[in-house]
Amino acid sequence: MKSSVSIEMVMLLAGLLFALGIAGVIIRKNIIFMLLSVEIMLNASGLAFIAAGSHWGQPDGQVMFIFILAMAAAEVSIGLALILQIYHQHQSLDIDKLKEMNG
Amino acid sequence: MDIAFYITAAVTVIATILVITRHNPVHALLYLNVSLLSHAMLFYLLGAPFAALLEIIIYAGAIMVLFIFVIMLLNLGKETEEQERKWLKMKVWIGPSLLAAILFAEFLVLVLWSESAAFGPKTVNPREVALSLFGVYMIGVELAAMLLMAAVVGAAHIGRHKRLVLHRFLKEEKEEHEEAVI
Repeated sequence: MKSSVSIEMVMLLAGLLFALGIAGVIIRKNIIFMLLSVEIMLNASGLAFIAAGSHWGQPDGQVMFIFILAMAAAEVSIGLALILQIYHQHQSLDIDKLKEMNG
Repeated sequence: MDIAFYITAAVTVIATILVITRHNPVHALLYLNVSLLSHAMLFYLLGAPFAALLEIIIYAGAIMVLFIFVIMLLNLGKETEEQERKWLKMKVWIGPSLLAAILFAEFLVLVLWSESAAFGPKTVNPREVALSLFGVYMIGVELAAMLLMAAVVGAAHIGRHKRLVLHRFLKEEKEEHEEAVI
């Protein structure tokens, strides 16, 4: 089960997914969607690491992917706890209403 | 196996575009799940079966469940959908999207005009990954453990409801004080 696509195509795909994640962070106003877009960006960077690792036949790419996974889990738990607190204090997830940060 | 890669890549990109344009949070979450599953398929095709398994178990399994629980707790439903429909207007997203598209086009040109390297994905076994992870990258594993610990403590602290809890004597004292003020 091997594919023979060129490494450029995989990197291109990773870049496209990362750009989509950035676009999601920029265009949405709901903070939950921004967190989802950050997840997309983390996944795209993981894809780039995996592609490079399998290109060189080294395990380092997958090791880095595991670290990205651990970081994403930590980030999501903190982010969701913050979202819960924000919603309880402001009754809204609109980031324009949160710019004061006077918790 | 070229065609499998391209089909999976197309599925990933379409699902991701749908994630960032949906109005309902649950729909976006479902599309993100599809995107994660196709990521796992890509990892498998690139010769990383262990990473594919981790992607499905941790991302599509655990992290998505966290998101779903938060959306359940916040009761996001019809009103959120209406609000999103109001927020996501053409004039809001067209500018940033154009600029991002320009950057991506530059990246595309650079990549496509560069020297093409032969790409033979080699399967990297979990055994090699584990040997590298607990050998060379041991310090990284310990740092990740500290990060996760900090995340657990931080999430428990941030997510706590701060309610004023007073001892009954203190409560009586406070009431007396308030009455005296009145």
